[in-house]
Amino acid sequence: MKSLRGRAHKYDLANIDTDVIIPGPYLKIHDPKELARHAMEGLDPEFPRKVSQGDFMVCGSNFGCGSSREHAPIALSQLGIKAILAPSFARIFYRNVIDGGYLLPIEIEHETLGKIFDKDELEIDVNQNKIVNLTRNESYAMIPFSKLVAKIVEAGGLIYYSDVEEG
Amino acid sequence: MTITEKILARASGKTRIHAGDVGFVGVDKVMMHDVSGPGVIKVLSEWEKKGKRLNHVWDPDRVWIAEDHFVPAADKVSAENIMTLSEWTKKFGIKQHFKYGLGQYGICHTLSHEEAMVLPGEVYVAGDSHTNTTGALGAFAAGLGHTDIAYVLMNGKIWLKVPETILFQITGTKPDYLMAKDIILNIIGDIGTDAANYKAMQFSGNIVKEMSMDERLTLTNMTTEAGAKNGIIEPDATTESYLRERTTAPFSPVLGDPDAKFIDVLTYEIDKLEPTIAKPFSPGNIGVARESQGIDIDKVYIGSCTGAKFDDLQVVARILKGRKVKVRTEVVPAAQSIYIKAVKSGLASVLVEAGVLIGPPTCGACCGAHMGVLAENEICVSTTNRNFPGRMGHVKSQTYLASPMVAAASALKGKITDPRDI
Repeated sequence: MKSLRGRAHKYDLANIDTDVIIPGPYLKIHDPKELARHAMEGLDPEFPRKVSQGDFMVCGSNFGCGSSREHAPIALSQLGIKAILAPSFARIFYRNVIDGGYLLPIEIEHETLGKIFDKDELEIDVNQNKIVNLTRNESYAMIPFSKLVAKIVEAGGLIYYSDVEEG
Repeated sequence: MTITEKILARASGKTRIHAGDVGFVGVDKVMMHDVSGPGVIKVLSEWEKKGKRLNHVWDPDRVWIAEDHFVPAADKVSAENIMTLSEWTKKFGIKQHFKYGLGQYGICHTLSHEEAMVLPGEVYVAGDSHTNTTGALGAFAAGLGHTDIAYVLMNGKIWLKVPETILFQITGTKPDYLMAKDIILNIIGDIGTDAANYKAMQFSGNIVKEMSMDERLTLTNMTTEAGAKNGIIEPDATTESYLRERTTAPFSPVLGDPDAKFIDVLTYEIDKLEPTIAKPFSPGNIGVARESQGIDIDKVYIGSCTGAKFDDLQVVARILKGRKVKVRTEVVPAAQSIYIKAVKSGLASVLVEAGVLIGPPTCGACCGAHMGVLAENEICVSTTNRNFPGRMGHVKSQTYLASPMVAAASALKGKITDPRDI
């Protein structure tokens, strides 16, 4: 898998829930572009204007807790977010981004969270489980994907994975 | 093996599995609603563009649909979503579609038990995070997103990591002012909102044994708020008689082995627990109701899959009987069958005479969708399950989660109130 390069948007908060990522009233919307306009509205209404294609988010533990709404990864991915780095993810959010092939959930050590700052330029190399901070000239380990998750990521989502499995 | 491991072993065609194993398991029942359904249908149509054509659903009799979040249709878009669902179920021959305003309907998790849509020992997945609720029937029940549900509709299976189980033994003597909600809020406050991530939360002990099915469902419902993959209670005579009143379908209950391995066993002696609230903005931010009794409130909401089952409404009516509420109070029965019982038992008159507004079954204001959402700075005491920023309306509104008893007592005083002080 090719390595990813992008700029970090840091929200140093634990338990960023799907209600702030995409508030309830927008759940009736299924157009990704419209959802993207409201991404992170509950926490930072300016967020959609800050993000460029290929950017990353760096956040506290238990990212994406709460509802199962796939609207949340759809909104973030439509904006151009390619990876979220956090010490841990809520389980349904994690599954959604992997199985839908929206973006990469990168688990990092707690200490790493304190070393990455807003607007830092990062490079993520999934093959080597490595994150390079180009702004600060540092590198950090990412916690490797489990075997099945790595296969689904490699395939680009659950639908393509089943193609691989079924030949 | 634990009950969760045994159910998943059966569903994956193996005699033995262990926590941590990753693999595909067969699904017995799958559900989607008016929020997840249109999302799932969109995923399926995108797959079709990529050459993955869905000619038929793997098993139409194992699929069911609930219209619950934006019903009665909140606006044009909600009405169109419901049309999309209806056209899809017609096309694929899905017969079990609970339409609002047409006999039985209501919140999906409530229908799962009221209509016995899921049975003990089954693997049930659904497009909603509070699917965990249904584990109180002794089933494996877990929430999934659109892509995963689309995959299940095509293939009848899904990949899962077998979760480790934390066993919660709830023991002692339950004071009559305590409810399951107080117990589960204390557990979440104690272990934290991510402590059960990827894990199963199993409940046992004499208090759980003595609980009605409605109360047990409050425990499993809120396991989602601790991050759990599933919540589960081993089926017993209460489960059996509850389901026998609702279905003639055969089922074979699964129980854990005596030597089942738990990652942790936590015992809660509840004799001294006090009526509890979760303050804004986390279900884990708990406090004793009496310590917040000075806080003036604008509204009380008694609704949702967590707090508007028949037992919940009975408790509320007992407190409100012959009295008048002091702040706006909404009661939203979680399903039409519960509404009917409330009408037939006279409970609905008690509520209306107390000044309460009774709304039609819907998820409604619980998820900030419609029908009673909060304005900036409004404070609400709610029997629901989440109080994240903006959950029930304006991002600067505040929700205090509480039991139906605390909610009813608070409605009478217009302040957060311990039911013992009424």
